[in-house]
Amino acid sequence: MFGSIDPTFLIASLMVAAVPIMLAAIGELVVEKAGVLNLGVEGMMIIGAVVGFVTAVQTGSPTLGFLGGALGGACLSLMFAALTQVLLANQVATGLALTLFGLGLSSLIGQSYVGVRPPLMGDVPFGPLADLPWVGRILFQHDPLVYVSIGVVALVWAVLKYSRAGLILRAVGESHDAAHALGYKVRRIRVLAILFGGAMAGMGGAYLSLVRVPQWVDGITAGAGWIALAIVVFASWKPWRVLMGAYLFGGITVLQLNLQAAGSRIPVEYLSMSPYVITILVLVIMSSGRGRAALNAPAALGQNFHASR
Amino acid sequence: MLKLEKRPSPSQFWSRATPVLAVVLTMIAGGVMFAVLGKDPLVAIRTIFWDPLFGEFAWYLRGQLLVKAGPLILIAVGLSLGFRAGIWNIGAEGQYIMGAICGAAVGLAVYPTDNRLIFPLMVVAGAFGGWAWAMIPAILKTKFNTNEILVSLMLVYVAQTVLAMASTGFLRNPEGAGFPGSRNFSSYPAAANPELIAGSGLHWGGVAALGVVVAGYVLLQRHILGFHIKLSGQAPRAARFAGVSPPKLTVLCMGIAGALAGMAGLFEVTGPAGQISIDFNVGYGFTAIIVAFLGRLNPVGILLAGLLMALTYIGGEMASTNLGLPSAAIQAFQGMLLFFLLACDVLTNFRIRLAKREAV
Repeated sequence: MFGSIDPTFLIASLMVAAVPIMLAAIGELVVEKAGVLNLGVEGMMIIGAVVGFVTAVQTGSPTLGFLGGALGGACLSLMFAALTQVLLANQVATGLALTLFGLGLSSLIGQSYVGVRPPLMGDVPFGPLADLPWVGRILFQHDPLVYVSIGVVALVWAVLKYSRAGLILRAVGESHDAAHALGYKVRRIRVLAILFGGAMAGMGGAYLSLVRVPQWVDGITAGAGWIALAIVVFASWKPWRVLMGAYLFGGITVLQLNLQAAGSRIPVEYLSMSPYVITILVLVIMSSGRGRAALNAPAALGQNFHASR
Repeated sequence: MLKLEKRPSPSQFWSRATPVLAVVLTMIAGGVMFAVLGKDPLVAIRTIFWDPLFGEFAWYLRGQLLVKAGPLILIAVGLSLGFRAGIWNIGAEGQYIMGAICGAAVGLAVYPTDNRLIFPLMVVAGAFGGWAWAMIPAILKTKFNTNEILVSLMLVYVAQTVLAMASTGFLRNPEGAGFPGSRNFSSYPAAANPELIAGSGLHWGGVAALGVVVAGYVLLQRHILGFHIKLSGQAPRAARFAGVSPPKLTVLCMGIAGALAGMAGLFEVTGPAGQISIDFNVGYGFTAIIVAFLGRLNPVGILLAGLLMALTYIGGEMASTNLGLPSAAIQAFQGMLLFFLLACDVLTNFRIRLAKREAV
């Protein structure tokens, strides 16, 4: 079954495939650690994808494209922040609104960019390291964003675990009333977390349109944002497990694409539905009795905070 | 500085007024968006909201209103029950597709038999298909505590691949020269869902939608189940003391929503769409979420909201042919409407007061 697929190539490409969902998921993890459930990841990702693409095409610089994507995602998440933190709207409904609006707006922005080729991003020059057999192909022949995404996961882990800022963020997510009583600015901290989540989702989206595909197609994210949300549950809100989850799903995506290309006997439709079916299975395993995912969720997740005193 | 002060109970006045306010604000923001796109905002707004009802082609377009509003209302009433109880089924699009496939499969299986029972049977099969698809997230939620939002949404993507399989594989028209898509139901009268009154756009889906609005109203206002639904949404703890079983309610709400979405899919595929094809679904399942909120999760409100949303679909098509407005603009416009609605809702639950500046 795997005869014609080179495992080195498979591992190398799963690292690339994992980048968008890893960035989006680590951003959402920070948001959820602050006690906010932003279901608009898909919307922020696709806005990031289109804004990043337009920026890169206009400026000719992929780096600016990624920054533009992050900015676009952050702008959309600011709307979420305004609605849920200032106007105290329902977080689930607002997240859905963000996705519906994002999908419409993105195809509006991107309609004149269909079929345009974006400037491509080169690999990080590792010199002789890249020529190592196996290891070189897997670890040292990637574009910078692959390393940036791993760096972001490490950074989030370190900040949440070892810094005072991380402690405050977690306190806000566990009990906003207690954090408020201690004098922390619950709303401000949550808005910042939402902005970070939006920027990461936007950057992940830009990676889709600039590297992974690379062109602009309507609905380019195809549920990647929702899979990122599922990965946060899968990771039981632990940064390193986000990395693991993203590689797992990247692996499934790459494997099913390769099987399709290799003319596997499994019908194409079954292969293309596999990432979604496996996401559901993983959610079931993680959420059921002995998986402790539900116990690890931030206690104030999804609840709005209104300082009455 | 402004300060929000929680109202003891939601304001009745603002609860009715916010949808109107949201529509007005969306028109203004949409006008700005159209102006940015280089179109005259007033002309665009008139084309979308006025011309389909009173313009030159109104005689035709008014009929289209019921065609588009029917499925939206049908799905939204079902969704609103779950949303009220805090059960977030956002995979109505998938249930809509599966209902259409199941119902159409029954009809195509007996082709070309002529019997008056075929169409009712197809409707039942459609409802069953949607119900079964909705049962997956419902049962996973009650048995394994899995998040129903993510599962129901993932199943939309699965349903879309099943639809691709159906239209290129097991439901493909054997006389279709290998083209994707099933037999056309308009040439199979026993299974077709034609216009009931010429020019009105009313087909059985519209009739069902009206029936469901009445049934939903009675359920929420006069039936113990409606009371339990409202109670679990507003005070889950109180609901448990009152003997409401959350798993039962989840299964019931998801099931009703799924069955209604499935029926909507069947009415669409046998009527306006005509056949199972790879892209017969146009996102009604997602737009219905907006309709449900715009209608304040209230069946009568949903009826009005569904008609308004149908108007934006028709007006959007008009604006894209007449003014060259991109069709995606109308999708962004609909999303904006939900934003403004949620933003205005603050007035329902809070009073805005002037506050003294506090220590920062």
